[in-house]
Amino acid sequence: MIETDWIWGLVGGLMIGSAAAMFLLFNGRIMGASGIVGGLVDRSGWGNWPERLAFVAGLIAVPALMLPLYAVPVSTNITENLAIVVAAGLLVGIGSRIANGCTSGHGVCGISRFSLRGIGATVFYLLAGGIGVILFRHLLGVI
Amino acid sequence: MARAILAFIAGGLFGAGLLVSGMTDTTKVQGWLDVFGDWDPTLAFVLGGAIIPMAIAWNVAARRARPALGGSFPGKPGSEIDRNLVVGSVLFGMGWGLAGLCPGPAVASISWGGIGGLVFLAAMIAGMLLAPALRQRMETMAVALR
Repeated sequence: MIETDWIWGLVGGLMIGSAAAMFLLFNGRIMGASGIVGGLVDRSGWGNWPERLAFVAGLIAVPALMLPLYAVPVSTNITENLAIVVAAGLLVGIGSRIANGCTSGHGVCGISRFSLRGIGATVFYLLAGGIGVILFRHLLGVI
Repeated sequence: MARAILAFIAGGLFGAGLLVSGMTDTTKVQGWLDVFGDWDPTLAFVLGGAIIPMAIAWNVAARRARPALGGSFPGKPGSEIDRNLVVGSVLFGMGWGLAGLCPGPAVASISWGGIGGLVFLAAMIAGMLLAPALRQRMETMAVALR
């Protein structure tokens, strides 16, 4: 039994992969969200800031323009517990920069070229995310 | 200019894909990670779908001298699973599970993510600024322990 969400997941995934393919074949760059944003934030990527800023602008503008297409209001359903949100944001920012990549860079771009580092990173963040949800949801009940 | 236009289109397609796939919905991400709850396999379809065009792109790139807009392709990936990769990925994964957002969807959903989304982004940027010093401290500690 195939659910609609899975098909949309596959379609969206193909779009994400095509975006990464374009960025590689035209610009010669790896499409990693934490690297593109992080390089702007800590100035390490200011050497090619127009490309980074344009990427971020597209990333924000295009989904925003698509929102009216949805009959039901779209929501991130993020928790209202702001302490959790702050802790999660800090962990994501620190972790992705120390690991030099996140789901897009290590996951999509790394696994697709059989990079050992990309595969390794993906195994560790999936395990940590799974353990995190078990810990914070089922044992502590905070999310 | 061409590079910026292509980057805008790639970013836009990435954002559209994140929205369409449901990856900007934190409950879908946490549903995937929650193997002991009501498990949601959508993320596997997203990652699988994304890897296909990118694997083709890496193959095309291997047969080209340089990218269409000039410059050079990224070098071969390192093969070393070092401390930074492991520690960083574990911290990142914990945060990802805690809120259900990673950097791409966090930026993509800025226009509809409300206060929670903005607070997450601010904390993520703060974390990115703290990361170099923390990485340095980790190095120092590792040397001291040796």
